[in-house]
Amino acid sequence: MEVTKIENVTRVFKIGKVETQALRGVNLSIENGEFTALVGPSGSGKTTLLQLIGCLDQPTSGQVYINGKDVSKLNRNQRADMRRGTIGFIFQFFALIPTLTAYENIEMPLLLVGESPKKRKERVTELLEAVELTDRAHHRPDQLSGGQQQRVAVARALAARPSLILADEPTANLDTPNGKQVMETMTRLNQETGVTFVFATHDPRVIQYARRVITLRDGVVIENHAEKPEV
Amino acid sequence: MIQIIKMAFRDLGRNRRRSFFSSLALGIGLALMLLMAAFIEGEVNSAMDTTIRLKSGHLQIRSKNYEESKTSLKWEDLVENPDQIAGQIASLDPVLAATPRLFATGIVSVRDESTGVSVYGIDPLSEANAPYRMGLLQGDFLSSEDREGILIGQPLADKLQVEVGDKISLSVNTSNGDVDEQLFTIRGIYSTQTNAFDNATVLLPISKAQAITKTENHASTIFILLKDKDQTDAVVTALQASNLDVLTWTKMNELIIQTEEMANSYMVLFYLIVLAITATVIVNTLVMAVFERTREIGILSSIGMKSRHIMAMFLAESSLLAVGGIIMGLILGILAVSYFARVGFFVGNMGLTMLFGNTIYTELTVADTIEITVIAFIITLLAGFYPALIASRMEPVQALRGGK
Ligand SMILES: Nc1ncnc2c1ncn2[C@@H]1O[C@H](COP(=O)(O)OP(=O)(O)O)[C@@H](O)[C@H]1O
Ligand SMILES: [Mg+2]
Repeated sequence: MEVTKIENVTRVFKIGKVETQALRGVNLSIENGEFTALVGPSGSGKTTLLQLIGCLDQPTSGQVYINGKDVSKLNRNQRADMRRGTIGFIFQFFALIPTLTAYENIEMPLLLVGESPKKRKERVTELLEAVELTDRAHHRPDQLSGGQQQRVAVARALAARPSLILADEPTANLDTPNGKQVMETMTRLNQETGVTFVFATHDPRVIQYARRVITLRDGVVIENHAEKPEV
Repeated sequence: MIQIIKMAFRDLGRNRRRSFFSSLALGIGLALMLLMAAFIEGEVNSAMDTTIRLKSGHLQIRSKNYEESKTSLKWEDLVENPDQIAGQIASLDPVLAATPRLFATGIVSVRDESTGVSVYGIDPLSEANAPYRMGLLQGDFLSSEDREGILIGQPLADKLQVEVGDKISLSVNTSNGDVDEQLFTIRGIYSTQTNAFDNATVLLPISKAQAITKTENHASTIFILLKDKDQTDAVVTALQASNLDVLTWTKMNELIIQTEEMANSYMVLFYLIVLAITATVIVNTLVMAVFERTREIGILSSIGMKSRHIMAMFLAESSLLAVGGIIMGLILGILAVSYFARVGFFVGNMGLTMLFGNTIYTELTVADTIEITVIAFIITLLAGFYPALIASRMEPVQALRGGK
């Protein structure tokens, strides 16, 4: 079954009189359990596409479906409801809340979906283990390395058991070993839990982790490889 | 909810100095308002107490015809047989003292200086005259039989450059409309610490005052002090039978009550100004905090935090600032008020006709404290509303981009 389906999506940004066509009619669908890379040069529309799939933004025209539900016309609060519990985000910068510890950052989505304290504790402990940061549970983000922070972000994205995790250049600000560790963590979690990952990147070392590659250029999909064998 | 408060608290801790000074601004504002309220309360109470003690008493009994503004001395405007009436009233249980007084207007002159005065004929033995007796700075108090002695207030003595033992001439209006003049010897100089009174009042024994004004066995009023002013109404009922007028301190001092009301409405204006300033500081701090945290707001929103929770987080921050400010304000305010309650504000002669002490001691009521604190809290919350609204209206995409 498909997690998301995109039909004839366009997105036009208007700043003053200048119009930018970030997406010009994109069609694609992503199945449950995929581990897919969205590649393309800078400015090709990767971030814009992820934001539309992630219900952070609305298309200028066309439809975006999440788990079969049309989300293109939802209002702010409905979109927030959709994001919570259904979609997890990993950003290029290490998007943790600086006042909260690693533990509390991971707990945040669970609080938002109203999980009980006992379940929260179990889940956070499990996730800290999964990203190998149990000993850093009570560190604040500024006491963690970039790679550690990004792994906390991965754990947070997974916390509320979403159907889809969207990662926008998750390794762009990491050195090679840390980037590798983050990608391996994501791969492992995809295999263990079956959660769908879509990640934007233009780094060839990252692309090799993908089982499917979608290439964007100037706001259109120019290549859409079918499932490719595992690396 | 607990998480929201925890985050708000930690967020304030990030920029401790800024949070502290914003709270302090509110604290100082609150302290100022408390001090001002306590000053007004002290001033009004002082005016009322002083006026009761020196001028109006708790109750007065006058002839129905008597007109205070004219200081009439016609027999039909006065109380006849005042000693007898005063004696009866004094025997009532709630009454502390009841004494006849005769008021006249006159002019004192010495060498080529002269000035208009109120002449108070008092019974030197009555307890009601304690404020003058206690306030004696030099010389002796009057005695009932004294036919030439006079007491004058200190500012008047300074102005006329006279001392105890000096002679001054006093011209007084009499009951038949003439003016009578006589030489008096200054027996003593008093101060009631109330400039407006001491400046313009000379005291004579009532028998002498009656003689010079030709009002024998009459008084302008029976001046009554009670043991407890809350018993006024009860005593009024007991006195009602006579064909004389009974006046209460509230009736006689309406001007003071009106002045208090007016002062209170000016206070509201003062509060608004102080609160507008502190609210600006708080709004400024929180707007800065919102813009600094644009990206975090985007992150929270992208993981599904609802607008109203983001709003609640910033409202929690302003509440915490408000609580901190209020604690500081109460401490500062109460310290300042208790300092000035002991030391007092010296206001001296404000050139007003209203009587109040030369030093005002602050008095803070519980009602004022609660009212001002609640207002300060509400205004701070309202001030926090605007930044919270900005935060909750941010689009997650824009917020994430803005932080890069
Ligand atoms: N909020 C925005 N306002 C204006 N232009 C935007 C905005 N977001 C993206 N764009 C433009 O849309 C195009 C695609 O951007 P983006 O999706 O960020 O590409 P990528 O992530 O592949 O680098 C770019 O030309 C970019 O300048
Ligand atoms: Mg991008």
